[in-house]
Amino acid sequence: MYPTRFNYESPKSIAEAIALLHQGGGEAKILAGGQSLVPMMRLRFAAPEMIVDINNIPGLDYLTVDADGTIHIGALCRHSDLEKSSLLMAHQPTMAAAAPVIADPIVRNRGTLVGSLCHADPQGDWSSVMMALGGIVVAQGPNGRRSIPAADFVKGPFQNMLAFDEIAIEAIVPAPKGIPNGGYLKLERRVGDFATAGVAVAVESSQGLIIRAGIGLTGVGGSTINATAAAQSLVGAPLTAGSIAHAADLAAQAAQPRSDHRGSASYKRQIVKTFVVRILSGVVESIERAA
Amino acid sequence: MTSLNEEVFPDQASNVPVRKVTIRINGENRSANVEPRLLLAHLIRQGFNLTGTHTGCDTSNCGACTVLFDGQPIKSCAMLAVQADGHDVMTVEGLATASELHPIQEGFKDEHGLQCGFCTPGMMLTAKALLDENPDPTEDEIRWALSGNLCRCTGYQNIVKSVMWAARKINNQAAN
Repeated sequence: MYPTRFNYESPKSIAEAIALLHQGGGEAKILAGGQSLVPMMRLRFAAPEMIVDINNIPGLDYLTVDADGTIHIGALCRHSDLEKSSLLMAHQPTMAAAAPVIADPIVRNRGTLVGSLCHADPQGDWSSVMMALGGIVVAQGPNGRRSIPAADFVKGPFQNMLAFDEIAIEAIVPAPKGIPNGGYLKLERRVGDFATAGVAVAVESSQGLIIRAGIGLTGVGGSTINATAAAQSLVGAPLTAGSIAHAADLAAQAAQPRSDHRGSASYKRQIVKTFVVRILSGVVESIERAA
Repeated sequence: MTSLNEEVFPDQASNVPVRKVTIRINGENRSANVEPRLLLAHLIRQGFNLTGTHTGCDTSNCGACTVLFDGQPIKSCAMLAVQADGHDVMTVEGLATASELHPIQEGFKDEHGLQCGFCTPGMMLTAKALLDENPDPTEDEIRWALSGNLCRCTGYQNIVKSVMWAARKINNQAAN
């Protein structure tokens, strides 16, 4: 299948790209990695009138960590850049765990984290990870820049909060106030398949206490789920077998899975519970190792 | 260096806007006028007549259309041909020289790394990118690197052996 006809634009600056989006009046789409958009255009689920290819805008492929630990991921930073990053290995365990399980190795060479957030697929891994981390999407439009919390960025399945003439130019993971820990686990039938269920957990600890926690759920609802009650139950206390089990139960309750060919709803709920326990048990071990 | 200038697609309707793209493909600059909606895989196959690149699944899942884009494996069915303008592309036709197979091709032959052969071009190019970056991979590293390329015949065992064979050959050549 070929995509329907469209006008192809290849701007050299963000300002030029925004002007094109504005001119497109809601019928233009940004092309970054294209690993979801191009197949969707081929299948004609998407038929934009204009494609604004941002791959020729210089300076958007960065992955940087500030002195305070704030992480910046540019709109053209590919999954494979994140997977190979020693910065992430050292600073951000939840992201380091997620990067190698996005799609497959070849798709990771093109696909981008920011593009994945914008695509807002309920099965997308990065939305859960960014929700768990309290991440922020920086949008730029004709009137300048604004920050949108990742938790609010997803409006629904395949819908994000960007205005039609705004570009998501970077994602930010705020500086941790404690020691960051966590992980990402995903059950998939084979590499590259959508998740049967996925769980992102990000915690920060200080002096044996959890001072911040976030839990995001992939593929178990109409959009990415922010399991806030489960995460809040962990804050202000040390991690114990009891607190972990309680949080896992709350996360499973927050899930809204549907039975399909990947498994029954109760099975998926069980996976969510198991993954929360596994990730947090790993956190306990790593805190003990560090002590 | 030759330059081709072909009208690739479509419908030959004169009012369809086309763009000229020039791609360095297997070391040779080639140009074509393409519609923006033309996929790189189709430009390679129908425009440049390099039919070693296969299209399998239509959903960027199977990896049969894998080519090296500036040295990195990508699925050419998930990239527009216009995006490749000014870039370096290697297809399976770029592996062998006029007189000699590439060690990866020899490995696939020696270790029976293919049956129907449909996935083989993609497998070999992904393997090339792996060996360029990691000349002595473990079995696990090979399986991980090839996990985006599907094969429905071999069960992968002989494909992994073929890549190991190629790694040994390349390393022996380097040592001598």
